[in-house]
Amino acid sequence: MALLLKKTKELEAQIDEYLDLVDRGGLIFKQGLKLYLEKREDEFEERMQDLRGMESKGDALRREIERMIYQQTLIPESRGDVLGLLESTDRVLNLLADTLLGFSVESPDIPSDIHHQFMDLAEASISSVESLVMAIRSYFRDFSASRDYINKVLFYEKESDKISEKIKRNIFSKTMDLSKKMHLRGFAYHIELISDEAEDVCDRLVIAAIKRHI
Amino acid sequence: MGWSLGANNAANIFGPAVGTRMVRFKVAATVASIFVILGAVISGAGAADTLGALGAVNALAGSFTVALAAAATVSWMTRVKIPVSASQAVVGGIIGWNLFTGSPTDFNSLTKIFISWVSSPILAAIFSLVIFRILKFFLDKSRVHLLEVDIFNRIGLILVGAFGAYSLGANNIANVMGVFVPASPFKSLSLGSLFALSGTQQLFFLGGLAIAIGIFTYSYRVMITVGNEIFHLTPVAALVVVLAESMVLFMFASQTLQKWLLSAGLPPIPLVPISSSQAAIGAVIGIALAKGGKGINYGVLGKIASGWITTPISATILTFVALFFVQNVFEMQVIHSVDYKITPGVLSRLAEEKIPPAPISPLTDKSFHNPVQFRSALQKYHDWSENQLSTIFKYAQKDSFNVQYDSVVVHMLTPKLSEKQIRAVKLLNGMSFSYKWQLNTALENAGESWRPRNGTEATLFNEELRKQKEAIFKLFSVPTR
Repeated sequence: MALLLKKTKELEAQIDEYLDLVDRGGLIFKQGLKLYLEKREDEFEERMQDLRGMESKGDALRREIERMIYQQTLIPESRGDVLGLLESTDRVLNLLADTLLGFSVESPDIPSDIHHQFMDLAEASISSVESLVMAIRSYFRDFSASRDYINKVLFYEKESDKISEKIKRNIFSKTMDLSKKMHLRGFAYHIELISDEAEDVCDRLVIAAIKRHI
Repeated sequence: MGWSLGANNAANIFGPAVGTRMVRFKVAATVASIFVILGAVISGAGAADTLGALGAVNALAGSFTVALAAAATVSWMTRVKIPVSASQAVVGGIIGWNLFTGSPTDFNSLTKIFISWVSSPILAAIFSLVIFRILKFFLDKSRVHLLEVDIFNRIGLILVGAFGAYSLGANNIANVMGVFVPASPFKSLSLGSLFALSGTQQLFFLGGLAIAIGIFTYSYRVMITVGNEIFHLTPVAALVVVLAESMVLFMFASQTLQKWLLSAGLPPIPLVPISSSQAAIGAVIGIALAKGGKGINYGVLGKIASGWITTPISATILTFVALFFVQNVFEMQVIHSVDYKITPGVLSRLAEEKIPPAPISPLTDKSFHNPVQFRSALQKYHDWSENQLSTIFKYAQKDSFNVQYDSVVVHMLTPKLSEKQIRAVKLLNGMSFSYKWQLNTALENAGESWRPRNGTEATLFNEELRKQKEAIFKLFSVPTR
């Protein structure tokens, strides 16, 4: 029994570590965007590489967790839910890395008057990711509390929708090439997409939490 | 009968665990088999005693027919999809034998059995409701990680499953082997002074083995069906259901618990074989009630209640018909001839039991060789109630006892006798008795320690005394044929 519990604790630690990665990924994304807008390119590239490293580490960790859960037939009733949660959370982490990579590759020229709007958008989107991580943690330990965090995720998702819309209207009201407008719009859209993904994970989480009601 | 009990009823204990893949089938089957056998051998006697009191099927062919007819009733009723329990079929079978052979049915036992059937699902529902509430409160407060809950749940399912299997063996072995007890050919077996198995225990061991074979060969499919289709529960709820069900089975089987209740001055719980499936259904309903009582199919409850009546009646009829064929077509002896003889001694003893001697006295000193003859002779002079008949049969039954005192044997008896009791037995050395009550009276006269007591805590003492006396009767009984 002690051995069983030891293995379980290991797995718990791995799940926590994975969620830490997602949480930290969000923070690094915010930091990276800020550095990009301030044109501190070297530091930005460093953050971008950090995030890509975390993404591949997250993939490996997620596969290991899934393998252990299935190999040892742990939580047979909820393993499908946990698997789905981890995989859709992984999409959030991937999206964070991909979006920051987009900034590095495409170097969009963001007019300085909408810098703060981009920062606001990133703030809202990353807040939804942070609440998501809290919601998933509480799913494992105290699933009745996950409801509060799920509410927060939904709130931040709406918020980022609003900010993104504002940015797009702002961009298209400016006098610049349509190609540039569409380029910028794409970035706003991608940052907004992060919170949309977080919302999708939440939808799964709501159902999984209902199923956990003994 | 044992095989089908293992194949079907083990699923009530381990079905949810195996069905939800919380416990592997091999682990479940091994644990279930070991504990079913232990339960049957160690605690099987209590519930079997009650069946024995209902009617003593004393010839092997009779026992066989009763068991077969009960098994046939179970499989037939299962085929027409009426929820059925082996316990109810066996009770029906014994009543069928009683009717066929004219032996009296002990209505006292019958009432006890019936009340137990009705109360067992209700008790299971109450237990599971309470346990579920407590466990839910605890789990919500403690914030244990899902994965840890999972581990504790698994260990819990195996432990509770072991307890459940033990209780199942103790409670339901009576269904499998109860009817064979009076006709058992086994003699007590002892290996040294540490380990002794009475004949009944050997019989129960055999029954336990049959159950274990049933578990290993056929219960997997039933477990999957029960776990996935019938009771699809969350693992925690599954644990609660199995625990509540096992507690009920244990309550109706445990002599230790009965003793404890008696010594605490509480009314004892009758030891009766009950239906594990119905206890399980009761426990599931308890969970549903704890969750707000939605989605209960009350039709199922009606079906269960109808089973309390239809199953025993069907089994009674089937046994009666089967016994007719076995006796008249296959010419097998379904009842050993039992002699009944009314003597003046019997009459005065009966008078003490408030049986008026006048209508019996014409039969004085006549011998009757089977219950049917005796019953019709008695009824000729008076319209006796079944209860009165039961008493008359008890005191008029002829036996033969010859007390051959052997210090070693008497000291080895189970339950153990006190030194005072043994001295009293020694006083009777060499005496012969032709009625059981005569030996009983002689014992009581030979020593204070053989007399039943009055007052508080006496029930426990008297119960032990009854068992000691049964052991003495068995020891000094001389086969008359």
